[in-house]
Amino acid sequence: MIDYLLRRLVHALPLLLGINILTFLLFFVVNTPDDMARMHLGQKHVTVEAIEKWKHERGYDQPLFWNGGAKGVEQVTRTIFYQKSLGLFLFRFGRSDAGRDIGADIAQRMWPSLAIAVPSLLAGLAVDISLALLLVFFRLTYLEFWGGALCVALMSVSSLFYIIGGQFLIGKLLRLTPISGYDDGLDAIRFVILPVAIAVVAGIGSGVRWYRTLFLEEVEKDYVRTARSKGLSEARVLFTHVLKNAMIPILTGVVVVLPLLFTGSLITESFFAIPGLGSYTIDAINQQDFAIVRSMVFLGSVLYILGLLLTDISYTLVDPRVRLS
Amino acid sequence: MPVLLPTDSLFILMLLGLSGLLWRSLRREHLRRPWRQVASSRVAMISAVILLTYLLIALLDSIRIPAPASPKGGPNDAATFVGEPVTLLDLALDRLREGQEKTYSAPLAVYAHAREMTRRPDGREIWTYPRLRFGGGHLEHPETEHGRDLLRLAAGGLLMGLAAWLAGVTILILAARPWRAGRVERLGAVRRGDAAIPWRAVMLTALAICLLAGLMAGLSRGYHVLGTGKVGEDVLYQGLKSIRTGILIGTLTTVATLPLALGLGILAGYFRGWIDDVIQYFYTTLNSIPGVLLIAAAMLVMQSYMARHEAEIASLATRADFRLLALCLILGLTAWTGLCRLLRAETLKLREMEYIQAARALGVGRIMILWRHILPNLFHLVLISVALDFSSLVLAEAVLSYVNIGVDPATESWGNMINSARLEMAREPAVWWSLATAFAFMFALVLPANLFADAIRDAFDPRRAE
Repeated sequence: MIDYLLRRLVHALPLLLGINILTFLLFFVVNTPDDMARMHLGQKHVTVEAIEKWKHERGYDQPLFWNGGAKGVEQVTRTIFYQKSLGLFLFRFGRSDAGRDIGADIAQRMWPSLAIAVPSLLAGLAVDISLALLLVFFRLTYLEFWGGALCVALMSVSSLFYIIGGQFLIGKLLRLTPISGYDDGLDAIRFVILPVAIAVVAGIGSGVRWYRTLFLEEVEKDYVRTARSKGLSEARVLFTHVLKNAMIPILTGVVVVLPLLFTGSLITESFFAIPGLGSYTIDAINQQDFAIVRSMVFLGSVLYILGLLLTDISYTLVDPRVRLS
Repeated sequence: MPVLLPTDSLFILMLLGLSGLLWRSLRREHLRRPWRQVASSRVAMISAVILLTYLLIALLDSIRIPAPASPKGGPNDAATFVGEPVTLLDLALDRLREGQEKTYSAPLAVYAHAREMTRRPDGREIWTYPRLRFGGGHLEHPETEHGRDLLRLAAGGLLMGLAAWLAGVTILILAARPWRAGRVERLGAVRRGDAAIPWRAVMLTALAICLLAGLMAGLSRGYHVLGTGKVGEDVLYQGLKSIRTGILIGTLTTVATLPLALGLGILAGYFRGWIDDVIQYFYTTLNSIPGVLLIAAAMLVMQSYMARHEAEIASLATRADFRLLALCLILGLTAWTGLCRLLRAETLKLREMEYIQAARALGVGRIMILWRHILPNLFHLVLISVALDFSSLVLAEAVLSYVNIGVDPATESWGNMINSARLEMAREPAVWWSLATAFAFMFALVLPANLFADAIRDAFDPRRAE
């Protein structure tokens, strides 16, 4: 097991290196630091000195890969690639283009993101799975047909409408919760309810359809027929036997997104003015702060790879038939 | 002589290619069977009619002709200043385009949405709702005439729609050549609704569309049917123009994914070995980067590219068009990995089949095997994934435009409409019609697209075929 994990970690290294090089190419070669400086300082009437000064303040005034002017090891270390890109491997994110410490920002902003993402995931799972089980329980009836139709209809609505509609209806007309904002500590609950509820509703369409197919696949298996022929009631078969066995694909599907919960949801956080990592990324995109976007791309990729690894491990935990070798 | 922007020509080329493929596959028996299954489903056919209507509008909006020297073109409509070519759709909707108001007005309104100081004929200034310039401008006494005028225009429009539908149905019936033996009975079956292909449902859907279009056209002769937006532009016109953006993003993106996904997927699956390793590494790397972030990064880079080459893309329309095309390409570059993985796995399976081995034993060249024996057998996977991706891409456009990494702010798109609607909903009283229009147009496109994609998947997926 330890052996397997080590091997997987070694396999992840070339992937991370590839991501690192890709983002480096995107942000520094295709789009040179001069372009970045010009975008920040305004396109026209920018002097060369102003650009050089902007680049120097942020450490973008070095060669890309190889510093011919330096001596010894510094030929490699005094380059943009070494200082800006390789540091990401050690989670040294450096400073944003506006001068803030990205690492500290991330550590502080990940909590509000989690406060929204974790309840959304749990509540969404509970609602989706129960509704999907109900649809399977009433299969081959009108209820299943109209339930399925409703799911497609819910799926066809853009998530933006759920958010704007929810804010308008619950926040503005009914005044049940604040429209947007965030607070520290327990006061946060007031602000969290609405985004979580909207996230759950917005996910029902695709979620229920997905779990329904999982359950339907399971229902046709032999052990279900055996359970029925033993004389168990349909409810008993579904809610104990089928649910338990369908837990394997459900769990592994959830585990893969667990690490990504840290980075939060871009849209929800920016609509509800929640100071999490999602709105952090959106602000960075709008201000064209390349340093933050680069850090978030790398962080997101690391977390995704971590999720894949966790999925493999969770397989062995929940399904004794799977052995890692 | 039509003027073609890059997206226009690509879109038209794609439509031609698509109809070519469809025609080809309808001539082969083994491919005709799943299509027949799609055609026999009532939901799929109704969806197809709605989707075709959208496609037609997008096509009309993609054929541009040089602007007629119009004296009416005021300086306030930015998108169509003199010299910009206009599309056929613009010409058809001339009234909507020209009927500018000052600012917000509710659907079918005669008065503006907000009060302002107006000077009465007798010289006094009062704080009141001013009359609209275009909406109900022909009425003398709006208080008494408004309702009756609406009914008159609506009835006229509905009649027009009905007439158009009747004309279409007559042509179709004549094309079915009812004087031939047995045709009358089959037309009877269509009328009763038990024909093999649900023509009656198709006709009724077409009737509904005709009536709706007629109603809108009739009312828009005197009013803004769906109100006006912030700078007084007609919301119905915005919604109709957005159709092209949505359809283009849904279709051109998949076209951009296909060469990469098909080429790399087949190569990896067929040749295996180090080629497979390299390609797998490549797509796993791309796949590990969260999609939105990759798109955001690429769009940022693209924006700075556009800033560097400002001189070459000077005009507003080419700028917006360039950005739309870039968005399609970027979305395509981030979306090909899923399909590529599927195609690789399928090719791995196919290359061990007996008929491939037979071809190899008979000395058929590698390229010929790939082209004649592998590629056609991947067709169903490509079709299913294209159909399933379409609706999610249309929805993604709205989200991306909201994050400012979508289409150009000058392009009419549902995402931009929703984006501005955020502030409108916070006004007092709320301006709801922009949002409602974007919602209705998107929902009416995405829902049939989802249903049609489901039908395609059920018909073409061999695991689901009975």
